[in-house]
Amino acid sequence: MAQQIQVALLGNPNTGKTSVFNRLTGLNQKVGNYPGITVEKKEGVCNLSRGKKAHILDLPGTYSLNASSIDENQVIELLLNKNDKDYPDVAVVVCEVENLKRNLLLFTQIKDLKVPTILAINMADRMTRKAISLDIPALEKALHTKIVLLSARNNEGFEALKTQIEQFKSLPMTPCLDTTVIAPEYFDRLAKTYPGQDLYKLWLVITQDVNFGKLDRTGVSGPISFQTESISTLKRLQQKETIKRYQFINDTLKTIMSVNVAIAKDFRSRLDRVLTHHIWGYVIFFAILTVIFQAIFDWSSYPMDFIDQTFAQMGEWVKQNLPAGDFTSLLAEGVLPGLGGIVIFIPQIAFLFLFIAILEETGYMSRVVFLMDRVMRRFGLSGKSVVPLISGTACAIPAIMATRNIENWKERLITILVTPFTTCSARLPVYLIIISLIIPQQRVLGLFSLQGLTLTFLYFLGFASAIFAAFLLDRFLKVPSRSFFVIEMPNYKLPMAKNVLITMVEKTKSFVFGAGKIIFAISIVLWVLASYGPGEFNQAAEIIDQQNQEHALSLEERNAAIESFQLEHSYIGIMGKAIEPIVSPLGYDWKIGIAIVSSFAAREVFVGTLATIYSVGNDDEQTIRNRMAAEVHPLLGTPRFNFASGVSLLLFYAFAMQCMSTLAVVRKETNSWVWPTGQLIFMTTLAYVVAFITYQILN
Amino acid sequence: MATIAGMQKGQKGIIRDVDLDRIPLKLLEMGCLPGNEVTLIQVAPFNDPLYLDINGSHLAIRKDVAAQIHIDLC
Repeated sequence: MAQQIQVALLGNPNTGKTSVFNRLTGLNQKVGNYPGITVEKKEGVCNLSRGKKAHILDLPGTYSLNASSIDENQVIELLLNKNDKDYPDVAVVVCEVENLKRNLLLFTQIKDLKVPTILAINMADRMTRKAISLDIPALEKALHTKIVLLSARNNEGFEALKTQIEQFKSLPMTPCLDTTVIAPEYFDRLAKTYPGQDLYKLWLVITQDVNFGKLDRTGVSGPISFQTESISTLKRLQQKETIKRYQFINDTLKTIMSVNVAIAKDFRSRLDRVLTHHIWGYVIFFAILTVIFQAIFDWSSYPMDFIDQTFAQMGEWVKQNLPAGDFTSLLAEGVLPGLGGIVIFIPQIAFLFLFIAILEETGYMSRVVFLMDRVMRRFGLSGKSVVPLISGTACAIPAIMATRNIENWKERLITILVTPFTTCSARLPVYLIIISLIIPQQRVLGLFSLQGLTLTFLYFLGFASAIFAAFLLDRFLKVPSRSFFVIEMPNYKLPMAKNVLITMVEKTKSFVFGAGKIIFAISIVLWVLASYGPGEFNQAAEIIDQQNQEHALSLEERNAAIESFQLEHSYIGIMGKAIEPIVSPLGYDWKIGIAIVSSFAAREVFVGTLATIYSVGNDDEQTIRNRMAAEVHPLLGTPRFNFASGVSLLLFYAFAMQCMSTLAVVRKETNSWVWPTGQLIFMTTLAYVVAFITYQILN
Repeated sequence: MATIAGMQKGQKGIIRDVDLDRIPLKLLEMGCLPGNEVTLIQVAPFNDPLYLDINGSHLAIRKDVAAQIHIDLC
């Protein structure tokens, strides 16, 4: 195989870097994680001319090479480590034509590392509309680079970019600036200590963690020990460097670029006036939220019903068409219900990610952050906490990772700790099943369905408890941190369908495969535990016959009696009986107890577990809901799920911390076991107490 | 001395001095440097944060940070 050209795609956030990546690679891309950290690694392959290929790495967006988060640090780690297998042959720095000045800061830094660099100026289609003119040849000369004008929206300029990538060897390596002038004496000493090494690279290594405390240096070794200056001196030098670079950029662009300001700002400012208005801004935001949630539930109910039925039918088919035995039983009662429990999530998660992607792409999300910051700060949160809290309704894991752009550590920590209260999609199937059992299908005022209102209330409860918990944490947490907040307000853009769809597919995929593995494994373990048992389990038939010597049972009655006897005496039944005393004050029996225990790994396992437990030995093609409705209290003869136990279960799931993956992410993001442990204990205790009180009052 | 925190909506100014010990590097990287022009575009409800145009970059910062950036009003 021919050697691929290694290309790194770099740029500020909001420059359309990801659109460029999508254009270059199409669907030929994959998203993973950098080893050991939760930073997304996006890579893909791009076809060049004559069968040549380029490997494209889409690095996290960054404003400079001075890291202030682990995402940004990943960029520096790569550029400083020539031995990294992804070290670029050529860097493509994506800039946006309207923010060229600011975008060029990063460009000059990368250039000074002597990496062959192409400057890709994106959104060139806006130049005429915004009355911007650029002297490209002059700019190429001033920056010692090749420039490509791109329009990711109109798919223009990509052939030229590919040609430049192919000819990367002819790119000039001349740096833009001489950094050493900011402190000649300091750099002299550095040069003497490390003769023959690149000074700018040394400088970046030394200052790598000045603005960012908890840093794992992985690839780079070197002059970390060259700390002859205090942190504050280093910071001052970094500031000097930034000022120097801006001087260079401003001087360069002065003659090369011209903007007609009056034309440039019109549309944006008119839209801003409405969307950030002190009344209309909130009205519009809540209207958008309502539409989103309404759409998610209405639209996804159709595919969800379809998935539910399909899996029930598949299980039935397997039982009828495969020879009876352990394998068929495992397939029909362990594997298929387990898979169904994962697949049923896909529609809702996909819709939610679709909407979030659209809000981000249009630039509206920044306006929401701006609008909500002051309000959220009252509860110890940041305006930027809005995005994680909304994303949390899909899944807490990406939501917690989305807190990285919150600069203030205390605000970020509180956001991480309270995000799991929001109603994630894993709670949804639990809610849906229980609601359909205990809430009658009525309409209030002939308009709203009572079941829908209950669900809305649960979502509201999720947000309210997150906000309330944040308020408490803000009072009691003593974390030293500096108040700081800055957010870019990008231009409004029409979302590009391709970007939105790719984001939606990628996020859904990573959720399904991540959580799916756990759910699947647990379903199989459960099946084993429910299908085997010690001692009496294996003599079920004899025991039942002995018990019923007086009056003969019909064949059907006998089978049912044996099945329920076996389930009770299986391993899972024994475990369930053991924990029954703990859960019965909440109104649950041992079967629900098992489902709760198994869902401590992941909430969504609840439904799958009940499916597995109930369908074991049961040949009817009832779906889980009907099966649960038919469950009868052994002593009272009344339905197992009455209003009190149902509400208690709903509230237990609303508050309990039942997601190992979330705890693992919290551990990674906070770099400590203290926070996830505290979260687990606090949320679960709260859930138990609330469920207990509810059941005791209602019953 | 005037700071960004004291600006009126629509007003322009030139950044004169930035308190480097209190202003994070990121803000400088986004263009908040002495000599650059700043315009207050919009004020959020409850008078905070502030939506600014600094040197052609559009960004929002909180009032407490804005109070550390000294300007000459135009």
